[in-house]
Amino acid sequence: MPHTLAEKILQAHTDEKITGAGQIVNCRVSMVLANDITAPLAIKSFKAMGATKVFDKDKVSLVCDHFTPNKDIDSAEQVKVVRDFAHEMGVTHYYEGGNVGVEHALLPELGIVGPGDIVVGADSHTCTYGGLGAFATGMGSTDIAGAMALGETWFKVPPTIRVDFDGQLEPFVGGKDLILHVIGQVGVSGALYRALEFGGPVIDALSIEGRMTMANMAIEAGGKAGLFAADAKTLAYCAAAGRKGDQAIAADAGAVYERELKLSVSGMQPQVACPHLPDNVRGVDEVKGIKVDQAVIGSCTNGRIEDLREAAAILKGRKAHKNVRLIVLPATPKIWRQAMDEGLFSIFMDAGAVVGPPTCGPCLGGHMGILAGGERCIATTNRNFKGRMGSLQSEVYLGSPAVAAASAIAGEIINPAKL
Amino acid sequence: MLVTGNAHKVGAHIDTDAIIPARFLVTTDAEVLGANCMEGLEPGWVKRVKKNDIMVADENFGCGSSREHAPIALLGAGIPVVVAKSFARIFYRNGFNMGLVLLEVGDDIAKLKDGDRLEVDTGKGEIKNLTTGETVVCAKVPAFMQELLDAGGLVPYVKKRLAAKG
Ligand code: SF4
Repeated sequence: MPHTLAEKILQAHTDEKITGAGQIVNCRVSMVLANDITAPLAIKSFKAMGATKVFDKDKVSLVCDHFTPNKDIDSAEQVKVVRDFAHEMGVTHYYEGGNVGVEHALLPELGIVGPGDIVVGADSHTCTYGGLGAFATGMGSTDIAGAMALGETWFKVPPTIRVDFDGQLEPFVGGKDLILHVIGQVGVSGALYRALEFGGPVIDALSIEGRMTMANMAIEAGGKAGLFAADAKTLAYCAAAGRKGDQAIAADAGAVYERELKLSVSGMQPQVACPHLPDNVRGVDEVKGIKVDQAVIGSCTNGRIEDLREAAAILKGRKAHKNVRLIVLPATPKIWRQAMDEGLFSIFMDAGAVVGPPTCGPCLGGHMGILAGGERCIATTNRNFKGRMGSLQSEVYLGSPAVAAASAIAGEIINPAKL
Repeated sequence: MLVTGNAHKVGAHIDTDAIIPARFLVTTDAEVLGANCMEGLEPGWVKRVKKNDIMVADENFGCGSSREHAPIALLGAGIPVVVAKSFARIFYRNGFNMGLVLLEVGDDIAKLKDGDRLEVDTGKGEIKNLTTGETVVCAKVPAFMQELLDAGGLVPYVKKRLAAKG
């Protein structure tokens, strides 16, 4: 039977025969992830399960990235719980302090997730690794505890929605715009319980970072996974990250899809998701002129080096508007160093930006850029739920690094092509 | 289990940031989380809840972050059952794992209004609306998930499997 990408990867990790969507199968997992918010609960459950060791100390990642550097005593206590557990279990991939980055930018860069893997994480944006051709999905802490103990977990084989893009991308339009457009089309529950599989000539030409930006937001359409075939580009990316032996993987010809979407990108403007749901998507020109108090460039969606370069190209020689706090958070220490070495920080600081450490920070309203009532932010993050970045009376607009940088300069939302 | 309580109805796409905002995620304590349940929807929302009251929601309840603190906050607030048109996937798994009863009823959700007195038979998946006299039945959970529930949730299930491995 021809398989979708999701079915194919699940099949490679189970002894049961996959016959189609809806079936429940047990699969071996390649990597299990938790962070400083979700790991403490997972550790609680792990202990309640009577587990005394993790199934494989090299296949568990504990990344303290959300409230770090610890923002208060309570978060410091939580990180301590995670650190003690990591040491007790001898977990290889424990990250905190100078080696920590936003988990979904960090794991691909370290080469510890890759094509054909099954990755489960106690974080909803675990789906990011679909950009590398991994079946990666978020779960809660107790599911993750079970996976840490057993090295396997159960999945309901998802039906797949196939999305193909063709046409010619306009300047300043990229992965973020494509995924926002898809979410706008299918809605925040349009891919509920389903996998999204992306393809077509536009995707073939898209960078791996752009694919990860797209996979990252599959969950914003309710999706279980956002999948991309692993091609020569993926293999080159993974080899550069130090991996060996990866193989290309793609859906079989004749695979059965629940729904197929064909989208043309020609003439598409940069996209912006307006408050308070990620599917409230408009072309940027439709929302131009909306004043902003803050611009955030960072997160697991758009805090990678390509994103920082994209923002820097716009900010170069310009200044952020005097009423705008511009916050730049490179997603990992490696990206941070790279941005520094390339001279991007001088551009950001000349523009009046605050350059912060690799952390989730304001993305989830943790710290380092919380909004007051009535304030508005343009952010390269992935969620604009009410109160996500601070006060319930604040607003978040989502866009690409180019849109965020241009809007920071203008003091209002603007199409970077019209700056 | 039979649960009788008042319905608290909320809209569609209630995300986990609404159920428990990130600023409260510095603890795993059910009581503290419960005291701040739905703070991201409306400050002080939880004050209206009495023990065994029932959350009634439209589609995609629990979307967004994977935080298991969300079902814990609901349980901590004294809400043992959520009835919804549909649930977000991660929240659905979490609910089962935490022992929060989740009943998916589709369009029949319209038969349950804010303030209605409900009697829920969690075993049968049946919701009797004592205010209107109508009964709503939820879709059956998949056999494997029922097995998990019967085992008492994921924790005892994994415990058993680990013990079998020795
Ligand atoms: S950057 Fe934002 S979305 Fe990504 S893992 Fe951190 S909090 Fe979650």
